Amino acid sequence: MFKESIKMSWQNIIHNKVRSLLTILGIVIGVSSIIALITIVQGATDSVTSQVASIGADKITIQTRGTPLKQGLLNSDINKIAEVENVLGVSPTITGKTAVVHNKIVKEDVAVQGKNEVYFLKSDDLIQTGRGINILDIKNKNKVCLIGQNIVEELFWSENPLEKDLMIGGVTYTVIGTLQGSKGFAISLNDDSVIIPYTTAMSFLGTKYISSVDVYMSNSEYSDTITTDIQSVLSEAFNYNEEGYSITNMQDILDTISQMTHTLSLMLAGIASISLVVGGIGIMNMMLVSVTERTAEIGLRKALGAKPRRIQQQFLIEAIFLSCFGGVIGLLLGIVIAFLVCMMIETAFILSMATVALALGFSASIGIVFGLAPARKASKLSPIDALRSI
Amino acid sequence: MSRQILNMQNIVKTYLMGEEIQTVLQDVELSIDQGEFVSILGPSGSGKSTLMNIIGCLDVPTSGKYILSGHEVEGLDEEELAYIRNKEIGFIFQQFQLLPRLSALDNVELPLIYAGLPEKERKIRAANMLTRVGLSDKMKNRPNQLSGGQQQRVAIARAMVTEPTILLADEPTGALDQTTGQQIMELFRELHEEGRTIIMITHDLNIAKRAGRIIRILDGRLIEDVAYV
Repeated sequence: MFKESIKMSWQNIIHNKVRSLLTILGIVIGVSSIIALITIVQGATDSVTSQVASIGADKITIQTRGTPLKQGLLNSDINKIAEVENVLGVSPTITGKTAVVHNKIVKEDVAVQGKNEVYFLKSDDLIQTGRGINILDIKNKNKVCLIGQNIVEELFWSENPLEKDLMIGGVTYTVIGTLQGSKGFAISLNDDSVIIPYTTAMSFLGTKYISSVDVYMSNSEYSDTITTDIQSVLSEAFNYNEEGYSITNMQDILDTISQMTHTLSLMLAGIASISLVVGGIGIMNMMLVSVTERTAEIGLRKALGAKPRRIQQQFLIEAIFLSCFGGVIGLLLGIVIAFLVCMMIETAFILSMATVALALGFSASIGIVFGLAPARKASKLSPIDALRSI
Repeated sequence: MSRQILNMQNIVKTYLMGEEIQTVLQDVELSIDQGEFVSILGPSGSGKSTLMNIIGCLDVPTSGKYILSGHEVEGLDEEELAYIRNKEIGFIFQQFQLLPRLSALDNVELPLIYAGLPEKERKIRAANMLTRVGLSDKMKNRPNQLSGGQQQRVAIARAMVTEPTILLADEPTGALDQTTGQQIMELFRELHEEGRTIIMITHDLNIAKRAGRIIRILDGRLIEDVAYV
């Protein structure tokens, strides 16, 4: 029974080739845009999150604003944070601005950052030449520095800066390395800065307060408990003044990003599904025309003993056929579009099976929803009226 | 004594035309035995088409009792009427009513699909029936590749393929020329001799005379019922 209905539907679709193709165009556009949009957004999301993750998903950043009594964290506070369970290491940052001089060339207002060895251990592609700050530099408060590319160009334009002297705030430092410069889209914030051991910075920049700390976790899964623990350390350090500090968890940022892009892709899919509904109306329209055109045929089939249910089934199958056909074409087209766009914007092309199932399921149900009314109309035709309509 | 296969008592059919009730059939009493060849003769507007629709279970009477081959037709729903049409009635129409996209064989097969027969058996029975009406070499042809007479033969094969109780023909020669019409009537005569029951609706007395019994209908009433031997 079913097989014959499918065969009859197929014959009819083939007979009206051009009309069938035009009818399914709406579904094709709808499905392909849903597939393409979701896949592209997913690829872009993945690229963004992996970039953010490379900055450090295993990192918690503490920023201090301080209180009137205490403008930042002390070395002892840093040590307490380092003792929190599952913390791999801490990297404090001390910032100041001062003038740097080399060979009588002066560069004013250079950002000087005090860092420790953990910072260099955790950031692989930070150094271009030379070495990073090590534990001995920290312990001995060595007067060594690493310099950004702009400083290399402006102050050391004709020589190799390694092992040369640099005056920072009136004190002579030895250049032990240069920092990696900006490459393409990866903008480096270090181009204009100088990095020195943070202990040295505390002595020579005249500050005993540490303004920000990066805390490295052994596993980002522990981020919640570590954050809570750090919070209690900081509360104590700032005398329970919550205003004194803020904690930024990279995992939270990642979660926010993925939540945002999820909402975005849902919204895009929602917009694209409007064209699916329009496509469905197109199918309904064609099916209604088809019922009218084939009134005599329906009458004859009824006279030969076709039950109303049978007629309804045949027209419904035809509508589902059309929309599924459109769905498959749309799926292929969407994949091609998504692939090309992903190649162009250089993001990963990830086709999720859920998206494919969603698009195909959606188009099949559109066939059912919009095919039902015409199919019912056909099945309710009176055979006498239908036969008379020739 | 032959078995009675059709029995109508006090059949009335009325239509509501706007505010007015129009009576198309009035107190029709009719009984037909198995193997009879009956013509129903009447001018247009006499109610003969309505009578045919009721006999063919395409329509139900407003009142009265109609028993077809043991089935009481009154009160049946669309699904049950479709079943009876498929099993008991073989329709032959003036305009043949073949599906243009199907081959002769597929057209003849159609009622067997609705009867739920497996494909293999359908093909065999449809082919046999086409051979019976003399079209064994035209099975793959589509209706537009056949002459009017050949198309009507396909339609007759389609009507007979389910082995129905009654062949119900509505002006079967109306769309054919004189000679072809004669050939079709000759085929009907042969089928009648084979023992089939045929009811033919026509307005043409010459055609009606080919049957063994002529029933005249006028203004919704049966006015004459003559049997020839």
